[in-house]
Amino acid sequence: MVTLLTGWGRTNPSATEVLEHGGEDVDGLARIVKALPARGGVARGLGRSYGDPAQNGGGVVVRLVDSVHDVAIDAAAGTATVPAGVSLDDLLALLVPRGFFVPVSPGTRFVTVGGAIASDIHGKNHHLEGSFGNHVRRLSLLLADGTVAELGPGERPDLFWATVGGMGLTGIILDATIRLLPIETSRCSVDTERADDLDTLLTMMDEGDRFYRYSVAWIDLMATGSRLGRAVLTRGEHATVDQLRPKQAVDPLVYDARQRIAVPPLVPPAGFVNHTTIKAFNELWFRKAPRRRVAQIVSIPAYFHPLDFVGSWNRMYGRAGFVQYQFVVPFGQERALRAVVERLSATGTPNFIPVLKRFGAANPAPLSFPRPGWALALDIPAGARDLDALLHGLDEVVLDAGGRHYLAKDAHTTPGAIRRGYPRLDEWRAVRASVDPAGRWTSDQSRRLRLLAD
Amino acid sequence: MENALGEPQTIVLLGGTSDIGRAIVDELVSPVTRTIVLAARRPDAVEAGPLTAPERTVDVVAFDAADTASHAGFVQDLVARHGDLDVVVVAFGQLAEQDDLDDDPTAAAALVHVNYTGAVSVGLAVAAQFRRQGHGRLVVLSSVAGERVRKSNFVYGSSKAGLDGFAQGLGDALAGSGASVLVVRPGFVHSKMTAGLKAAPLATTPTKVAAATVAGLRRGRRTVWVPALLRPMFAVFRHLPGVVWRRLDL
Repeated sequence: MVTLLTGWGRTNPSATEVLEHGGEDVDGLARIVKALPARGGVARGLGRSYGDPAQNGGGVVVRLVDSVHDVAIDAAAGTATVPAGVSLDDLLALLVPRGFFVPVSPGTRFVTVGGAIASDIHGKNHHLEGSFGNHVRRLSLLLADGTVAELGPGERPDLFWATVGGMGLTGIILDATIRLLPIETSRCSVDTERADDLDTLLTMMDEGDRFYRYSVAWIDLMATGSRLGRAVLTRGEHATVDQLRPKQAVDPLVYDARQRIAVPPLVPPAGFVNHTTIKAFNELWFRKAPRRRVAQIVSIPAYFHPLDFVGSWNRMYGRAGFVQYQFVVPFGQERALRAVVERLSATGTPNFIPVLKRFGAANPAPLSFPRPGWALALDIPAGARDLDALLHGLDEVVLDAGGRHYLAKDAHTTPGAIRRGYPRLDEWRAVRASVDPAGRWTSDQSRRLRLLAD
Repeated sequence: MENALGEPQTIVLLGGTSDIGRAIVDELVSPVTRTIVLAARRPDAVEAGPLTAPERTVDVVAFDAADTASHAGFVQDLVARHGDLDVVVVAFGQLAEQDDLDDDPTAAAALVHVNYTGAVSVGLAVAAQFRRQGHGRLVVLSSVAGERVRKSNFVYGSSKAGLDGFAQGLGDALAGSGASVLVVRPGFVHSKMTAGLKAAPLATTPTKVAAATVAGLRRGRRTVWVPALLRPMFAVFRHLPGVVWRRLDL
């Protein structure tokens, strides 16, 4: 069926033929791949990328319809073999009561395992444990010629790492074996601190992050003057049974991740998320955070996926949609980070929940986003005034500092920006082309950013 | 493919010497723009210089709106050389004094052929490409002259009336295809085309038409009036009794 597809930001739609197929029927999938039209195809998971990597105007997207019942847990090895179309939401509901957690969790559970690998997603533990691809033991990949390749860090590593962070452009990931994290409880022990400005925050993260498995900061970029960059830093660890109250310890692995409310399909007025409402929200968010609180026990959804309590929250931005601006600059380029923060604050651009993360080591994937440095992500209504000039200006600051943008979020940069941010692009292209010389794997993003070739 | 901020990578201007068309291109150009096609009957009259930039191609090509048989091939050739077409602006057109046309049915037919038939033909060729690529925006420069046709320029006005109807219908037909049509209805615009003519009330400029057009594109509008006040004015004009309309000196 031909459908108008967008990413999570609900901007620039294109009409794409969506084919749903069970991932276990490899022969059927291979037939689809061999019959791809001239405009090619790409896999689509739950459509949580913000821009256009999982749409393909005039071509095909393939959605794998997989069941969580086909997940195979190897408790002794501490791994799970998961069909690529299974969501982290379903996977967590299976794993947590059995005493396991996913190795990396992003800010939402509503991504598929295939998408997590293709975007090489990261979470609050990146500074210690790296991104999702670091924890993939093996995967199987349906190639453009209809054959299936078995890949891992030790098996065809070039193609494996080209697939990790490869935005679906090497083939369709069918299933993967991932390393699991054993947990005693379904709770987290969280320490919260406030920082009054950006410099204080960076120092706190530099000095203290290594003592926590998880760390992330929220910055108020709509505060001005001396409060510019005021932040709430939350850091935590999975709680142990002896940290729970007796009542909680009765069922330490209980897991409830239901959605509480959803934004109705009726689109709210375009101006619902605007300067005033966001500023008020930021003020509330900052004030509700305690100045300092230690070892607060909270649930996994409350700590990792607070926005998932509200379904379809992307509708809040109305018809124009929104963009997420996410970049990383290397350590030592704090001046660039400060320049971005100051410019965002000075222009008064409405922005929602800016999140700062201190990244650890990169993995070998040429197109993987994380690298050692500071990563900032913020949501901005796409209709914000003069946003185009602002973002292109920020892009220059980021690229001049040796930083880069995240393909899973990008919806506005240029081929040149990606080439500068990812110096190993040509290496990735060569590996990719070796298994897809005709360029059958294509997306709107790959065309827009000339990812396959200049 | 246009990005999330509504910035196109590939812009095609049909009517490369049109002041309004060029002003729209100027307004659309951004760091994202990779290709600008300026298509005109006389390519040698097209000034491409101001649009050139590093990492950008400015392609000046011959295009004859009257030669409808060439249009499908013309569009396919553009796609072969530049890939997807993100925004196509139909800005070509002729204007003539009504007095001169009254005694020259051949010239009148030629004007209508360019303004209407030519736009229908190339509009359909572009729409077919938009369907193939699953996205694209067609901007059609209509005119209030077609909203209710005046005796003082009824041949031109009727060509714009036809064009406007075509463009609206095409926009409706493209719903769900990922492609869309924006109909722009300016009033009197000070430009090369209207040089020497008496300016009508609420006269505007190419720059203002361009700003309103690009704002309309970004907001996903289907029609834009420039200036905006013309919309309520023409809502009234459209319903004036013929006996009143005839006597208005517009």
